[in-house]
Amino acid sequence: MKASADVVIIGAGVTGAALAYTLAKRGLRDVLVLERRFPGAGATGRCGGGIRQQFTTAPNIRLAMGSVRIYEQLSQELDCDIEYVQGGYLILAETEGELELQRRAVALQNDLGLPSRSLSPGEVRELVPLFDTATIAGATFCPTDGHANPFRVVEGYLRAAQRLGVTLEKFTQVTDLMVRGNRVVEVVTSRGRISPGVVVNAAGAWSKEIAHMADVELPNQPVRHEILITEPVQPITEVMVISLHTGLYFSQTVSGQILGGIGDPEERPGYNLRSSLKFLRRFLRELVRHVPALGQLSVLRQWTGFYDVTPDAQPVLGPTPGLENFIQANGYSGHGFMIAPKVAEILADYIEHGEVSEDLARLSLARFEGEVEGEGFVVG
Amino acid sequence: MTRNPWPVTRHEAADEPIVCRCEEITLSQVERAIAEGYDTLEELKRHLRAGMGPCQGRTCLPLLARILARKTGRPLEQVFSSVSVRPPLAPAPVTLFLGGEDEG
Repeated sequence: MKASADVVIIGAGVTGAALAYTLAKRGLRDVLVLERRFPGAGATGRCGGGIRQQFTTAPNIRLAMGSVRIYEQLSQELDCDIEYVQGGYLILAETEGELELQRRAVALQNDLGLPSRSLSPGEVRELVPLFDTATIAGATFCPTDGHANPFRVVEGYLRAAQRLGVTLEKFTQVTDLMVRGNRVVEVVTSRGRISPGVVVNAAGAWSKEIAHMADVELPNQPVRHEILITEPVQPITEVMVISLHTGLYFSQTVSGQILGGIGDPEERPGYNLRSSLKFLRRFLRELVRHVPALGQLSVLRQWTGFYDVTPDAQPVLGPTPGLENFIQANGYSGHGFMIAPKVAEILADYIEHGEVSEDLARLSLARFEGEVEGEGFVVG
Repeated sequence: MTRNPWPVTRHEAADEPIVCRCEEITLSQVERAIAEGYDTLEELKRHLRAGMGPCQGRTCLPLLARILARKTGRPLEQVFSSVSVRPPLAPAPVTLFLGGEDEG
């Protein structure tokens, strides 16, 4: 294994893969990606693959909009079919309070240039023909939202990065970070020691533990989320559907399978990866309530993954106060796959030129010392 | 609503051995993937989608493990020990899980 690298990225999920590629594309090719298991083994390879821009905070909306512009041409750029479907996201509301939240969110989104809009229940049925409109009060829709295959995105980014000279070491666990003064001077792994220029903490739900090795405390918490996939059916809809009321989400993959999950407000933080019968029952009951015809399907497989959740449901990005070469890229709170391509660009701007964009400044670890405005639309 | 037969995507008739029958993954596809560096069962499964069809890998994962052991020179027990098993193990009708009270 290499003894040194200009940039050491810890974690080969979508964040680490996108950053490795983006740096290499700009000519920063002495990049080493360390992965504890294999690429996409954590949250990325377990996620629903949704790419949504309809958020309630300006940084999340801007980062997601920037990412969509990248996703739109990513298959071509990486020479890898990422199974990108730009079918839009439908956000369901069932109460007057949820409709009011949506009106405010759409106003902010439109101000930032996002073409989201409110829909009546009847308009929802035009988008999703089998939908039971009696189950909702209204919805919003953004036609440029969509979904893609997370395995393919990670694979495409990493293969392209490797073609440009990036090194990937899988089954290599970071066991310690040695600090001297205001720098991380050594990354200790299960397979050797590396002298880093810059270290990026993109370890998803394990980022808190990585940071702790350098005596940095992150406010992030791992929270289990469950998901399932059904047998395939003929195409029903290209729209990804999510509910503010129940935390339900589902979409149809290009293979025809229904893929979805539902958040559980009773879930406590921790590293529990077990699947539950409770989830199967809650998710399927809500799915069939909205789209009764899906009751004819069979469930093929269920699994779990972690959201890396911060107090304001926004990521922790950029340099660490007091450790100038230790960069955080974590705390996505369930939205990492959606915003990773644009995050990679603003982090590359910082690593390459020391440039701190407005969003990078707003999302730094230092923000938790003051008042924070939280993201309102966390679903799934 | 029409159920799809597996596999969903159209494949050309193969005149070589098929390792994963659900997803119609051929022996040469498996060998190429291993040569490209997808050299654990979990990575092969995600890269090729072998084992993700209705049989959930019951037929193909033991075959994949043997091919992988032969190609990499690693012991079969080591190659086969790492793969995750996911419920409900066989396709289960949605209606089985509707109605009744929540379990804890």
